[in-house]
Amino acid sequence: MKLTGAEIFIESLKREGVEYLFGIPGGAVIDLHDALYKQDNIKFILTRHEQAAVHMADGYARSTGKPGVALVTSGPGATNTITGLATAYMDSVPIVVFTGQVPTPLIGNDAFQEADIVGMSRPCTKYNFLVKDVNELSKTIKKAFYIATTGRPGPVLIDFPKDIQVSKTEFKYPDTIHIRGYNPTYHGNPKQIKKVVKAIANSKKPLLYVGGGAVISEAHNEIYNLAKKLQIPVFTTLMGIGAFPEDDELSLGMAGMHGTFRANMAIQYCDMLISVGARFDDRVTGKVSEFAPYAKIVHIDIDPTSISKNIEVDYPLVGDAKLVLKDMSPLFDGYSTINWKEVRKPWLDQINKWKNEHKLAYNKETEEIVPQYVIEKLNELTKSEDPIISTEVGQHQMWVAQFYTFKKPRRLLTSGGLGTMGYGFPAGIGAKFGFDNKQVYIIAGDGSFQMNVQELSTIAAYNKSVKIIIMNNGYLGMVRQWQQLFYGRRYSNTVLEVQPDFVKLAESYGIKARRIRKKSEVAEALKELVAYKNPYLLDVVIAKEENVYPMVPAGASLDNMLLT
Amino acid sequence: MKRIYSIIVENESGVLSRVANLFSARGYNIESLSVAPIDEEGLSRMTIVTDGNEQVLEQIGKQLNKLIDVIKVIQFGDEPYVEREMALIKMHTDRNTRAEVLRIVDIFRGKVVDVSHDSYTIEVTGDSTKIDAILSLLEPLGIKELARTGKVAMIREKKR
Ligand SMILES: Cc1ncc(C[n+]2csc(CCOP(=O)(O)OP(=O)(O)O)c2C)c(N)n1
Ligand SMILES: [Mg+2]
Repeated sequence: MKLTGAEIFIESLKREGVEYLFGIPGGAVIDLHDALYKQDNIKFILTRHEQAAVHMADGYARSTGKPGVALVTSGPGATNTITGLATAYMDSVPIVVFTGQVPTPLIGNDAFQEADIVGMSRPCTKYNFLVKDVNELSKTIKKAFYIATTGRPGPVLIDFPKDIQVSKTEFKYPDTIHIRGYNPTYHGNPKQIKKVVKAIANSKKPLLYVGGGAVISEAHNEIYNLAKKLQIPVFTTLMGIGAFPEDDELSLGMAGMHGTFRANMAIQYCDMLISVGARFDDRVTGKVSEFAPYAKIVHIDIDPTSISKNIEVDYPLVGDAKLVLKDMSPLFDGYSTINWKEVRKPWLDQINKWKNEHKLAYNKETEEIVPQYVIEKLNELTKSEDPIISTEVGQHQMWVAQFYTFKKPRRLLTSGGLGTMGYGFPAGIGAKFGFDNKQVYIIAGDGSFQMNVQELSTIAAYNKSVKIIIMNNGYLGMVRQWQQLFYGRRYSNTVLEVQPDFVKLAESYGIKARRIRKKSEVAEALKELVAYKNPYLLDVVIAKEENVYPMVPAGASLDNMLLT
Repeated sequence: MKRIYSIIVENESGVLSRVANLFSARGYNIESLSVAPIDEEGLSRMTIVTDGNEQVLEQIGKQLNKLIDVIKVIQFGDEPYVEREMALIKMHTDRNTRAEVLRIVDIFRGKVVDVSHDSYTIEVTGDSTKIDAILSLLEPLGIKELARTGKVAMIREKKR
């Protein structure tokens, strides 16, 4: 039987196990929406902005590990997805975005709502397609999901012209797909693995450097086993948070610009740095020429272009983090006579000394609400329920990274690479669609929240009980902090003079909300928020000029931390 | 340091843009680029000449390999290879220069492919130094127009 392009679209998505499509309809996708109307396998989630739709797909993907999917119309619908695509691209998130396109005969004519989205999205997608023939459609969709989810994952866009949606052909979904120019390396080179094992075993002051790739490849158990067996301390990047339990004695927390004192010091004094799925981003390395000066560096990454890009490494190892560590593991058995606890003692003692020298701290003697306290309290109240935390971008994001204790991967959703304000709220909503039985807490800045605030409609419409906590400092706080520290307190354009009343705003959507101003209210208000069964917004008026410390000034080396 | 990359790519729309984008997004320079189909169905060869330090060149090689439409990347460096480039050169000519132009063309085994009463169009093939050499000789005689193809290259077969 012949199916239309729109029907093939639905059937193909079913084959890929897609549950949700996030987006907004329009002229160029009206046939797809008509086909969606006639079935009930795939649910369409109507958002209020296409950028938010893509972030929702992203949040769904990061939390579940399954690809997230968005569907938007041509022209402005398509161009609105760019920030979402770039965000997912920087953090290697598997999403597939379908954009409507004007009918093929009109492409290139500056037709109504035509945009060259394939051209525009090329630099911020892993791959993209323009479907020119309905006979190619199912194969294209198969390829898109395959490319998005394999190797180093990333966003893929399919531009889907209106005439193809109504053309008919025989439907056949390919079982497998082969793309001759695309063969990711999953297993590490055995010789190199042997060399690396030897180098690690012979090092005195090894350190594990765990990035987002470890979360993506789900290498957390292998990392844990390696760290425990050889007593290697572990720090993560922002994206790697959760790939190693932060309550473990070997955890040094996050390193980098706002990393812990002990993690940054450990980097500067280790003799062996083992990077797993990280990419030596400048927010982690600080001044590159002074990064880890005494260390031999092992770099395990599935993307060969990440290796020796920013920093020349001694032991490159291309492969999937989990598989490489798995292959490494038995080789350490050759060292089973070594008492690692004893061997490692001087190094771990040194690290403990650093730990006690400068703990993450904040002013506890205030009437005002200090943001770190809110995160600590939330951690206390929610640690047993294993929730998902989504953040926006700014100071509050760093406080979450520092003061919430993450123990599992895929629990922190945050825009690390692109640093997209407006990401956290929709990403949290996407995660809630993925996990209806899990609590999702969205920690937002007052500035960032306003970038996708319209999605209050979406949570109200679908009654998605995400819990929003606004860290309201009346500033674009992170920028203000830089101005305070490095620009003579000239607060140029970072004061949010006019703010909506977030409580009334939420209430206008029928969402329960509350505002607190005093520290004494925090615990009780958080309890109410945790217990409430529907969406809830808590506007927390925090100390206005609180700063994130430690801080490595941009371009300084990691041991040059401002501590208070 | 100069480097020639010869890459085999899928003959898809957008490939050229992906390759060009890889260079422009990272601020790498393309000195010359040539593209044409090869005899295997659906594939083309792109020859790219670029410039950079060892680290940049290594990144370019890896980045090219990473592109999904790129099937094979050959870097010309250590192994012996042949490279050729073709140039079409249109010369102003008059009674005084005609003979001299022809002599130079002859020395370089070029060909005159078009003639008018005040111009010659010359075709010359060779490696880049040869093309540069003929151009420097022709320059003072009055070059009207110049088109170069950019390099193409191949690894030499091992001699027994
Ligand atoms: C879309 C976007 N625009 C601008 C920035 C630059 N920026 C980074 S943090 C920040 C301030 C964020 O303010 P807020 O959300 O209130 O968080 P706070 O730092 O106050 O906690 C800005 C403007 C950005 N990261 N993203
Ligand atoms: Mg703020």
